Amino acid sequence: MKLQTGTRLGLYAALELAREPERTLSASDLADRFGVSAHHMAKVLRNLANAGLVRGGRGASGGYRFTGNRKRTTLMDIVALFEPAPGSRPKEPGEQTDIGSALQRVLTEIDEIAEATLRSVSLETMLKAKR
Amino acid sequence: MVAIRLAQTSDLPAVSALDARLTGTAKPDYWQSMLNVPERHFLVAESEKGELAGFIAGEVRAWEFGQPAAGWVFAIQIDPKLRLKGVGTRLFEALVARFKDKGVTRVRTLVDRRDHLILSFFRAQGMVAGPSLQLDMDVA
Repeated sequence: MKLQTGTRLGLYAALELAREPERTLSASDLADRFGVSAHHMAKVLRNLANAGLVRGGRGASGGYRFTGNRKRTTLMDIVALFEPAPGSRPKEPGEQTDIGSALQRVLTEIDEIAEATLRSVSLETMLKAKR
Repeated sequence: MVAIRLAQTSDLPAVSALDARLTGTAKPDYWQSMLNVPERHFLVAESEKGELAGFIAGEVRAWEFGQPAAGWVFAIQIDPKLRLKGVGTRLFEALVARFKDKGVTRVRTLVDRRDHLILSFFRAQGMVAGPSLQLDMDVA
């Protein structure tokens, strides 16, 4: 499964901040840790902040901390902030044909399994597995 | 705090009622059969007041679907008002301990992928996707 870069960074940042909820890290700190530009990380953090998962940060040096619920927030909650919702994708050329719709059923099956997996793993479970 | 013990015939009405309340389907004969098969591990969690807090059932099975012996978890239900207090974890750990006593090194279960609550529970216990993929076909 391929996640967009922003999604992956959103997961990295949320997990890193959720690891120690009292600690604050700046967009620059997180950007350095995961090898991306501070600008890109700041954009990702704004998205997480709008969803109430992190708070803080003005500019690249402002500190962010985790404000969500580690047990209740799943990987899917974060993925959904960055990726289009399942079913909201525009139809691809050829999808209306019998072959196209048969292929789409297989792809939907794969998406449903991926979504169930992402929805079943909380940040708490992820962080526990890391120890 | 709950006590974990083996299920008895006297537990069946409460087990069946809790299951029916949570699944919408009463199946007393199924729960009776759980007690009738000696190889099955059927445990209940009992509250300090002596009420049923939850139950778990499973069995060690070898070569099902070509797989070596594993402890299968068939069912787990917790009274909704007693959830998030570690009752499910206590039941799961007790069942796993019994499986390990039987010499198995693997635990397996089957979960509806739309049931995020139970999926999350098993994930939190450390379970991950296994090597099998369940397939269904409608033959109506």
